[in-house]
Amino acid sequence: MAKRVIPGFGLSLGFATFYTSLIVFIPLAALFAKGLSLGGADLWRVVSDPQALASYKLSFGAALAGALINLLFGGLVAWVLVRYAFPGKRIVDALVDLPFALPTAVAGIALTELYGRNGWFGAPLGELGLKVAYTPIGVTVALTFIGLPFVVRTVQPVLAGLDRELEEAAASLGADRWQTFRRVLFPALLPAALTGFALAFARAVGEYGSVVFISGNMPFRTEITPLLIYSKLEQYDYAAASALGMVMLLFSFVLLLLINGLQFWTVKRAGG
Amino acid sequence: MSIEVRDLSKRFGAFQALDDVSLTFNSGELVALLGPSGCGKTTLLRIIAGLEYADTGAVLLAGEDATATHVRERGVGFVFQHYALFRHMTVFDNVAFGLSVRPRRLRPDKGDIARRVHRLLELVQLDWLADRYPDQLSGGQRQRIALARALAVEPRVLLLDEPFGALDARVRKDLRAWLRRLHDELHVTSVFVTHDQEEALEVADRVVVINQGRVEQVGTPQEIYNSPATPFVYGFIGDANRLSGQAAAGWADFHGLRVAAPEFGQSEPRPVTGYIRPHDIELKSEGGTGVAGRVESVAQVGAALRISVRVGESAPSLQVELPHHGGHWPFAVGQAVHARPRAGRVFAG
Repeated sequence: MAKRVIPGFGLSLGFATFYTSLIVFIPLAALFAKGLSLGGADLWRVVSDPQALASYKLSFGAALAGALINLLFGGLVAWVLVRYAFPGKRIVDALVDLPFALPTAVAGIALTELYGRNGWFGAPLGELGLKVAYTPIGVTVALTFIGLPFVVRTVQPVLAGLDRELEEAAASLGADRWQTFRRVLFPALLPAALTGFALAFARAVGEYGSVVFISGNMPFRTEITPLLIYSKLEQYDYAAASALGMVMLLFSFVLLLLINGLQFWTVKRAGG
Repeated sequence: MSIEVRDLSKRFGAFQALDDVSLTFNSGELVALLGPSGCGKTTLLRIIAGLEYADTGAVLLAGEDATATHVRERGVGFVFQHYALFRHMTVFDNVAFGLSVRPRRLRPDKGDIARRVHRLLELVQLDWLADRYPDQLSGGQRQRIALARALAVEPRVLLLDEPFGALDARVRKDLRAWLRRLHDELHVTSVFVTHDQEEALEVADRVVVINQGRVEQVGTPQEIYNSPATPFVYGFIGDANRLSGQAAAGWADFHGLRVAAPEFGQSEPRPVTGYIRPHDIELKSEGGTGVAGRVESVAQVGAALRISVRVGESAPSLQVELPHHGGHWPFAVGQAVHARPRAGRVFAG
């Protein structure tokens, strides 16, 4: 092995491996052990149950939708916070982190109140024939809420670090604002935006607290997988709960791997 | 294309970056804006480019008022000190950028763009780097790519902001000579900003010396060096001994050193400041006509001897430079000498 310049490789790698095993890998292995204890036929029956299938669709669909909304509007918020000076900027900046700090159940109750039949948003939307609370849209709203900080906080520092001269150079070469954004700024921001997107998505897939209130938890319609897992636990069916957990874990892992791959590709293209 | 700026002024808060600047740059010229950092030279360049707007005054390109024209429409090529290359694009795409963002009806087709980009890359002698990314290039290569990118849009004017400022001394010297040859080939009106007097004097057709937002002197490198118009230019360009003294009847006297001062023909002495170049002082070991002094130190710098001479208790040490072609040094520390200025310049005050 080549001689290393930074000392402590063996020790730090050993500790990092031990730590991630203790915190992440061992609990997940226990989950798999429990789930697999069901045996092939039973396992398949639990995870391919129509109610479970419907919950996967809602969980992953709403999480992806929420993360996409955050990618777009979180990026916009980051842009405004970096590029413009305005009164109250610091307050807006602090507000962005609130979904991190708030107990998610509180957020869920507040959103249900707002979007309920008589809520500030719910009532006018209801008149337009759009029901949000107790529908998949409500689930998406809750998952958008909790995912906002991720995109903003990953894009913000990269945007702030972008050299203004790049835009000036593009302008002096005849590019208009849209061309400058699309061809110069957007490719530079994309890797960070994808990181934020992946984090927001991962957080939303596992979210439970804020969703249970606004979704109404109707099987086949507004029941997310974490809730289904919870109801299995309440019936003391730990093996089935673990099996559903395994499915979520595998899906999430594959999706995150894909996003990471995409990100790696964009970073490589960005020459950095 | 000619450039003219009229009565430009620009403030940043309490800081006066430009103070009533008027200049003309002739078509096909290569002009240096020279001055210490913070003197306003970069601000002036950015206002000509349209990257900054002046508080008052006008910018004329080819005789037409372009003060309100956006940088996009000015047809200027701008080269930044830190290159500002697009990191996620290859060298080819960087150079092609200006052509590929043109509106469809003015955009050359793909083959035409490729031909033009390769011609430009050949011009900057980096054709073999077309598929690389900027991060894979050296500083000197990046700056040449930045230049090729600016030239791709066939600018009417080329503006360079400290183009060699971020490069090491060796590369600077090479690129400097290369830029001069390139300009002789292309003849596009070019203005470059620098704080390096050697760079300005060596490369430019004309030099504009700027200090504290004002133009101190405009002239050819020879004029700037041989007859500086103001005390600032004398101190800034080349080395000079700065001496205080008195002038009367056409002569100035600095601790016994006498310099012709025809502007001071009056009979009663007036306080003056004199500037004498180190190589304009003659040293004689004995029987000289000048003022007597003693050698304080001798050092050889390349093909010159730098000698420090004390000519009196109250006078500052005099810096003298003599050509030296090897062999033993003609002067030693502690030796008595006579110093006489061959030329010098006297300003009131």
